[in-house]
Amino acid sequence: MFILVVLSIVLMTLDHRFHHVDSLRAGISVLIYPVRLMVDIPTEIGEWASDTFKTRKTLQEENLSLKTQNQLLKAELQKFNYVKTENMHLRALLKSSKEISGKVLIAELLSVDLDPYKRQVVINKGSNDGVFAGQPMVDAHGVMGIVTHVGLLSSTALLVTDPNHSLPIQFLRTGLRAVVSGTGDKNRFELLYLPNSADIKVGDEFVTSGLGCVFPTGYPAGKILEINTDPSLPFASVIAEPSAKLNQSREVLLVWPESRGTGENNPCRLNQEAKS
Amino acid sequence: MKTQERRGSSVIIISFLVSFMLLMMPLPDFMRLARPEWVAMVVIYWSMALPQRVSVGYSWTAGLVVDVIRDSLLGQHALALALVSFITIRLHQRLRVYPPGQQAATVFLIILINFLIILWIRGIIGAAPSLWQILIPTFTTALVWPFVFILMRYVRRQFQVS
Repeated sequence: MFILVVLSIVLMTLDHRFHHVDSLRAGISVLIYPVRLMVDIPTEIGEWASDTFKTRKTLQEENLSLKTQNQLLKAELQKFNYVKTENMHLRALLKSSKEISGKVLIAELLSVDLDPYKRQVVINKGSNDGVFAGQPMVDAHGVMGIVTHVGLLSSTALLVTDPNHSLPIQFLRTGLRAVVSGTGDKNRFELLYLPNSADIKVGDEFVTSGLGCVFPTGYPAGKILEINTDPSLPFASVIAEPSAKLNQSREVLLVWPESRGTGENNPCRLNQEAKS
Repeated sequence: MKTQERRGSSVIIISFLVSFMLLMMPLPDFMRLARPEWVAMVVIYWSMALPQRVSVGYSWTAGLVVDVIRDSLLGQHALALALVSFITIRLHQRLRVYPPGQQAATVFLIILINFLIILWIRGIIGAAPSLWQILIPTFTTALVWPFVFILMRYVRRQFQVS
C-alpha cells in the first residue's frame, strides 16, 4: 500500500509538472480504445438504423433543403471569392504576410462526458493521423475546443465551455478584442475583463482573433447573450453562447494552423521556436 | 488446491471492463454529476468477496485506467481506488455479514473517502470541485450498491469465482 501511495504521488507529480508520462497515458489509451468502440456501438446502430429506414418522403425533403442550402452557399461563395482576391491584392499592396488556408481533417466524437467536472470529448483520430496536442478543433458552425492529450488512435480535447479553457476573440462589429473563458456550463461561456463602458450589445458576434497563436484567425466563436453591468464591480459580467453546436456535432474538424507568412518576425513562429 | 483457488480470472477482468464501459457511457446532462462510481463498486465487491485475490495492486491498476478514461491527473484515481480497496480488505469480514442497509452506509463512507482523496489532489493542483459535486455521486453509488452487490454475488456464484 505504501509503495503504491508513493508511486501514485510520483506519477501525479511527473504528470502535473513535467509531462513525462504522456507515453504511458498514450499506451493505456490504446489499450482502452476497443472498450470505447464498444460503448459507441449502440449509437452507431441507432444512426445506421435511422439512415437505413428513412422514408422516401423524408429523403426527398432533405434533398430539397440541401439543394436550397447549396444554392445559397454557392451564391455566398461567389462573393467570398471576390472578397478573397481583393483581400490578397490589398495584402500584397501592403506587403504583409499572405494567409494560406490550413489543412483540415474530419474526426468523429467517440465519447463525451469523461469527467463530471470538466468539459471534454474524445475523438477517433490520434498521432497516427498527425494530430498534435494544442491543435484547434472546430465544427461546421464555429470553434469547439483544443486537443489536450494525443493517443495513437484517439485523442482528448477540451471544449470551449470548460472552465480551464480561454480563447482570444475579436468582435465583428467593433473590432474590440477580449478573452472568452468557459464556465463549465454546457452551452455558455463568459467574456472576461470587459470594462462596464465597453462598446458591446446583446447579440454581438465575435470571432477568434488568432492572438494566442493557437487558433487560426476568423473562426466564429460565439454571440453575446446577456450583459450585466454592476457599477460596484470593476468589470461587466458578459455571458455568451458558443456558435459551435457543442452538444450536437458528431463530426468535428481538426485544423492545422495556417502558416502565417514566412517572415522572420512572425510572432507565432518566434513563439513556437522559443517553446521548443 | 492452488488451481482451485484461482478460478475465474476472466470474470473479474470482464467485470472491470464492464465497469469501464459504464463509466464511459454517455448520460443526459442533468445526470452527469450523478453517475455512480461503477469502478469503485467493482473494486469494493471483489476486495470484499476475494480479499486474498483482488489486492490493492489490482485496484491501483484499474484506477490508472480510470485516470486515462477521465483524462485526469495520472495517478489520482489510482491512489483513491487503492485506498478504497485497502479499507475494504481491512473491513471485509464485517462487510460480508452486514445487512444491506448498513452495507450501503459503509460503502457510502468508503466512496466519500475516495472522493476526499480526489478533492484534495484537485485542490492541490487548483481545480477543486464543490462539495455537492462529490456528495451527489456518493449518494447515487450508495443507492445503487445493494443491486450491484446482488448482481455481482450472483455472477460470482454462477461462475464459481474463487
